[in-house]
This record gives sequence, structure tokens and C-alpha cells, in this order.
Amino acid sequence: MSRIDFSYFPGCSQTGSAEEFGLSTEAVCAALGIDLEELPDWSCCGASSAHMTNDLLSIALPGRDLALAKKIGKDLLVVCAACYSRMKVAQNRILSDEALAAEVEAAVGMDPRFTGRIRHLLDVVANDIGMRDIKKWLRADLAGLKAVPYYGCLLVRPPEVCCCDSVENPTDLDRFLKGLGVEVRPWSFKTDCCGGSLSLSRTDIVENLVNRLYVQAEHAGANCIVTACPMCAANLEMRQQPGKFTFTVVHRMPVLYFTELLGLAMGLDAQSWFKSHLISPLPLLKQLDLVN
Amino acid sequence: MINTVNRELEKALEQRTGQKVRDCYQCKKCSAGCPIAFAMDLVPHEVMKMVQYGQERRLMRSSTIWLCASCETCTTRCPNEIDIAAVMDGLRQMALEAGESLGEPEVGMFHKSFLGGIKYTGKTNEPILIGAYKTLSRRLFDDLGLGAVMLARRKIKILPRVVKDRAGMRRIFDRTEGGPK
Repeated sequence: MSRIDFSYFPGCSQTGSAEEFGLSTEAVCAALGIDLEELPDWSCCGASSAHMTNDLLSIALPGRDLALAKKIGKDLLVVCAACYSRMKVAQNRILSDEALAAEVEAAVGMDPRFTGRIRHLLDVVANDIGMRDIKKWLRADLAGLKAVPYYGCLLVRPPEVCCCDSVENPTDLDRFLKGLGVEVRPWSFKTDCCGGSLSLSRTDIVENLVNRLYVQAEHAGANCIVTACPMCAANLEMRQQPGKFTFTVVHRMPVLYFTELLGLAMGLDAQSWFKSHLISPLPLLKQLDLVN
Repeated sequence: MINTVNRELEKALEQRTGQKVRDCYQCKKCSAGCPIAFAMDLVPHEVMKMVQYGQERRLMRSSTIWLCASCETCTTRCPNEIDIAAVMDGLRQMALEAGESLGEPEVGMFHKSFLGGIKYTGKTNEPILIGAYKTLSRRLFDDLGLGAVMLARRKIKILPRVVKDRAGMRRIFDRTEGGPK
């Protein structure tokens, strides 16, 4: 297969609280022959706080990164579901509203009219490469893992710009996991919100939402949750810890990034990624003989 | 007067967000599917009706506009194609611009802390965000045990990541009049 070439927006979480997502992304891309050219001096997309408080700011912040991507001229790869959604929305608005594009250009000092494609790695692996062709890279069978696929909000909504095959019942991550030999457990909470943006300010609400997700994942017979969003993962892991708003029933279910499981199935050195989880997946993976 | 319908708010929101709230016929799908509805003082279909009635003050001071998590479930299910999450964004922005006392002050403090970090470093750094938020909200002792675990698992990095083009970041915030003043 020919090499795939992207410019790459890592996103803040992937260099901080979700370092294992960033490291596993870079490792699987290198192994799959996907070349990543990191946007030079990229900056934060502004996430929820920007669009909730200032519309122009919420387009100008990702607009700066789109301008950097335009200079490189390749399609842009993003792995964080939140960054992905903000980049796609900003590109859509900039290319369809010339007055807005001019305002963003004045604020950013560069041309933000990036016309290349913005891609999510899950979409590239599950749909461009395809799970049949990915088989030749796989070295380990992940049998024993029973996962509920957790898409969250921003990988699927808004459907006009996002990549999944259905907004109410997407199957991209399901197909991806089945392709790795993971048993995918059916559940009705694939795209339910975890309350990410309220994690620090209204922890009581978030605890309620996260608790429901865990209870439902357990009812579905899963032994792990798989996601493509660092906000979901942080929220799900943090709110299982003892704290001000502890659960009445304590959960210890691991939350994994789809890239970590791909790396594990490809036989890459995945141990260091798993060590930085708040809920360690290592006991489960050792029990299933998937790591030493 | 409750029987006075004021169209100004609906028009202002349309100008700001492009959304036609008058198209809402109260099917209530938005409220039925809202994951945060249990915590809201006004559920989404009530917000839409109050926009049609022009009840600006009650909306500006509501908790709901700050509790909406922008999951966009309502937006994708609205039979009249109203982007309800965008309407919530518009209401939040109007409340800030009007200098209203926010229905959920801590959510406002979180956004201020988040954007302040980006304004000065260009990136989101967890220790700066958490430190700024704790200082503003005076909730210094929440989640201390969690913080210790996060440090140990390298979830929180001590050294902040900073963009080189800091002047460029400041210009974006100055030009858009966004973030903390």
C-alpha cells in the first residue's frame, strides 16, 4: 500500500493529560506508513469555552491552525474528537462566509481558507485502509476483551461535518474493534454525553452522567470502554476516583483509546501507554494474557 | 406584562446565530433527549418558547444556558432544523455582553480560566487551568486526592507548553474581544 501523508494537529490533551493517546497515535501511524507532519507552533482550538462565550474567537482560534495547515498544503489529521469537531466547524464557516473569513484573517494575520480535507484517524483506519486490509499488520488477537464503543458527542455531531456513518447509531468504532478481534457489546449509550465541559464546575452533574455510563457498560457485559475522545476518557477515569462526589458503587472499569488497542494488536510496545491511565488497564490485560 | 410578546430577542438571536427560533412548534424532542435536563431550571423547549415570547431577563439569568453541555443531541433531532445548541451559545454570549450576573457563576469562571490560559500560553495546560479555576471559584480543596494521582500518572505536567507566537495569540484575543479582560 502506498504511504499516506498528512499534516498533523496533536491537540493540547495529547501532549498533556492524554499523553498516551498522542504517543499511541504517533506509534500506530508510523507503523502503518502514515506520515505525519506536525503543524509548526500550533495552538489550542478553544474547545467548548470559546464557542460558548465568543463566536468570532471560536472560529479564529482553530482558524490559526487552519492557516498553518494551508501553508503545508496537505490534508490535516486530528485525533481528539473535540479538536476535530472545532476544526471542521471552523473550516465550514470560513469557506462558506467570506465576511467571516476576512475577519478571521485579520485576527490571525494569515490566510485561514484551508481547502484540504480534515480527517479523523478512526475514519482513515476504519474506512480508507479498511479493517480487512489492516489484518496484515496485526500480530496479536485481542480475544477476551469485551468493549462497549463510546463515541461521545463530538465524533458524530454535528453530522454535517463529522465522519461517522450514523449520528444516532454509528458503527465505525464497532467495525474497527471487531476487526481487531475485540468482542463488541451492544449498548444504547454510544453517543450519550459525559458532561465533559462541566467536569470541574458542576462535578455533581458529571458524576451522575458518568455513573450511568459505567452501570450501562457493566449491564452490557463489557470489561472495558473504548473511546476516541480525551475529554470523555479523562472524565470517565477521573470520576471513578475517590473524591468529593464519589459513587455509591465504586467502578474500576478501564477506559482505552482506540489507538492503544490498535497498537497492542499490531504488537507495538504498548506498556508505557497503559501505565499512565488513572484506572490501570494492566490487570485486565494481564489476566487475558495480552501483555506480560 | 406576560401577555406582551416582544420579538426583539428572537430577531437578535437570528442575526447572531442564523437560527429561526420562531420555527419551533414545541414538539419537545429537545427536552426529551437532553442529558442535562434533570439539572436545568428551564428545559430546552421552554427556552425556545421564552425566546419566542422575548423573555430576555429570565433567560439571561437562567442556569440552563450555562448547564447546556453543547452535546448537540437536540440540534440533530430538531424536526425544524433549529440548531438549539447554537441558540444556547447565542444566549450565553448575550448574557456575558450584557454583564448579567450568571445563573451558574462557576461555569463562567471555568470558561474564563480556560480562555485565559490560551490567551497567555496559546495552549491548554492542565495545572494553569485548574489553578486559575480554583483561585477564581475559591474551591481550593476540591479533588486534591485526584490531583495527586494525576501528577503521579503524568496526567499533569509541571512545565507549561507555550506557543512561540505569543503576540499572535494576544492579537486574536484583542481583535475578537474574547476571553478574560
